[in-house]
Amino acid sequence: MAVLEIRDLHVSVQTEQGSKPILRGVDLTIKKGETHAIMGPNGSGKSTLAYTIAGHPKYTVDSGSITLDGQDVLAMTVDERARAGLFLAMQYPVEIPGVTVTNFLRTAKTAIDGEAPPIRHWIKDVKSSMKNLRMDSTFAERNVNEGFSGGEKKRHEVLQMELLKPTFAVLDETDSGLDVDALKIVSEGVNRAKENTNLGVLLITHYTRILRYIKPDFVHVFVDGRIAEQGGPELADRLEDEGYDRFLVGEATA
Amino acid sequence: MTISAPEATTTKLENTGQLGYKKHTDGGWGLVPIQTRSERFASTNVEDFPAVTGREAVWKLTPIDRVADLIDGPLDGGVYDIDATLVEGVDVRWVDRTDTRIGSAGTPEERASANAWTQFEKALAITVSGEEAKTVRVRRSDLGSGARAAHVILEAKPFSTGLVILANTGSSLLTENVEILVGEGANLTVVTVQQWDDDAVHLASHFTTVGRDARVKHVVVTLGGSVVRVNPSTHLNAQGGEVEALGLYFADAGQHLEQQVYVDHDAPHTRSRVTYKGALQGAGARTVWVGDVLIRQSATGTDSYEQNRNLVLTDGTRADSIPNLEIETGDIAGAGHASATGRFDDEQLFYLQARGIPEEEARRLVVRGFLTEIVQQIGDPELEERLEIAIEEELNGTSLSTDGR
Ligand SMILES: Nc1ncnc2c1ncn2[C@@H]1O[C@H](COP(=O)(O)OP(=O)(O)OP(=O)(O)O)[C@@H](O)[C@H]1O
Ligand SMILES: [Mg+2]
Repeated sequence: MAVLEIRDLHVSVQTEQGSKPILRGVDLTIKKGETHAIMGPNGSGKSTLAYTIAGHPKYTVDSGSITLDGQDVLAMTVDERARAGLFLAMQYPVEIPGVTVTNFLRTAKTAIDGEAPPIRHWIKDVKSSMKNLRMDSTFAERNVNEGFSGGEKKRHEVLQMELLKPTFAVLDETDSGLDVDALKIVSEGVNRAKENTNLGVLLITHYTRILRYIKPDFVHVFVDGRIAEQGGPELADRLEDEGYDRFLVGEATA
Repeated sequence: MTISAPEATTTKLENTGQLGYKKHTDGGWGLVPIQTRSERFASTNVEDFPAVTGREAVWKLTPIDRVADLIDGPLDGGVYDIDATLVEGVDVRWVDRTDTRIGSAGTPEERASANAWTQFEKALAITVSGEEAKTVRVRRSDLGSGARAAHVILEAKPFSTGLVILANTGSSLLTENVEILVGEGANLTVVTVQQWDDDAVHLASHFTTVGRDARVKHVVVTLGGSVVRVNPSTHLNAQGGEVEALGLYFADAGQHLEQQVYVDHDAPHTRSRVTYKGALQGAGARTVWVGDVLIRQSATGTDSYEQNRNLVLTDGTRADSIPNLEIETGDIAGAGHASATGRFDDEQLFYLQARGIPEEEARRLVVRGFLTEIVQQIGDPELEERLEIAIEEELNGTSLSTDGR
């Protein structure tokens, strides 16, 4: 059973004023097939955790470890991590002028699998995944994320996740900026991936509404660079009622 | 990934900041032009120009020692071999200096251009007529190694439509003038492709006039050659005329690729879009882009935008990018410019790598994508494909990886 383990992770970011610590001892274990929701106030370090798992060069790991089935993830390059089965659906996907979605998807799939996908099969897969996500077929010939609306970018992230079939996916606020219909469509995509490939999910969100469609097994409250509390789905409901104040006060007096 | 800052210069106007898109301003742009472009000396006679010192506006960024044979001295102005496709509605022939079209689109503003004008014996005339779309390919591949002068007339008759590709390969030591006459209501695309051998030296001045409600797309692609400078100027002297000036260049180690683009808005409701993109790799790779746009008093309702973007792939390169906008009327629809020279966008690389694509391949994708934007706009699938391959070959010339990780 595949497992992603994060141990006592300390991460900082370089600023003009010097090194600024953001993650301050994160512990988290996700098994294949499990869904973990991470909720927390703005600036608490959720994206930092997501980017650190993916290997963004902006973040420096000061101590701690991330392993995937015992393999040292921190020793891997960004692309090696992806090929090892990690996927990050980004909060703000970037535009890549001149690179079409079709070309991008095929190149990524080939890189992940180590060989080009059989062409007929692949075209069929892309088409049906796009259809499921209600993405117009014209997207295939457009440049990656160029001129995509916020919601279209998020669907495009989920499309990639469905096609690349990772073992673990980190979804960084994939729900924000989506209307109710889009939220359902995107959630269905995540649930399909969970069903088809027994995907492990780390779902970062501000809102409980997506948790109505994607059922978490665990909920973690993220405050000031670490997990302040964890529990089952019921914790999300409590957060909805009470907000994060309880944790913030605790921090202040600590 | 450790990356040092590229050696690049970007000169911008001292103005009110981002010119952006402004509607109907009352002047007051606060522009102080470096030199009023419209007042440059012009003559068809080489003797009228003083010896070149290298301090002149038009020469100061060019390695004049490498082009000295073209600025001064004798040139072979005779006919040369060309390869032209036969197409209905396109006439290709050699004409005498007395052809009435010669001199109707422009006059040399520097000595090498005037030297060519003084010494050419016959001009190559390409005349496009008829409304149906057509493509003509003219190739020069055998110009030899002696210093040469050339003159090309490219005329699109009123209301004609055509795409003309001027392809240059082989070696050459060439200075030339290209006059492009776009008749009323015509729709002409001109693509000049420089894929010279490594030792070639080529200086070209293009002079375009655009008739009433006519449209010209002018594309300069420069990939090969030692020193290549193509200076296209467009005179929008009839109402409703429009130019789209596109450029793509890829400079390798030791190459000097330059373009001084000039758009002269001289009639109401004229429109210009200038987009040049370049990539640089290898020690001593050097590019120059100068973009002058003049909006005269007569050019009310002008809509103009120019931009230059350079992508620096390795250390030891230099890209100069100098936009310059002169506006003499307050009544314009819009005018703006943008210039940027930079390394890879690390966020783009991260995104691609996060999808499993190795760094080297990710870089190729980004560069190809960056330049493809221009290629895609040419409108000739055959040439577009050939250029994609040529860009691929340029990319294969050097390892793009900056470090091992
Ligand atoms: N380059 C940087 N310079 C300074 N501070 C930074 C930098 N990058 C991130 N930070 C800070 O790190 C903290 C954590 O940011 P992060 O993006 O991880 O938060 P988040 O929990 O994802 O917030 P949100 O809910 O708004 O997405 C923030 O306070 C942010 O300002
Ligand atoms: Mg965030």
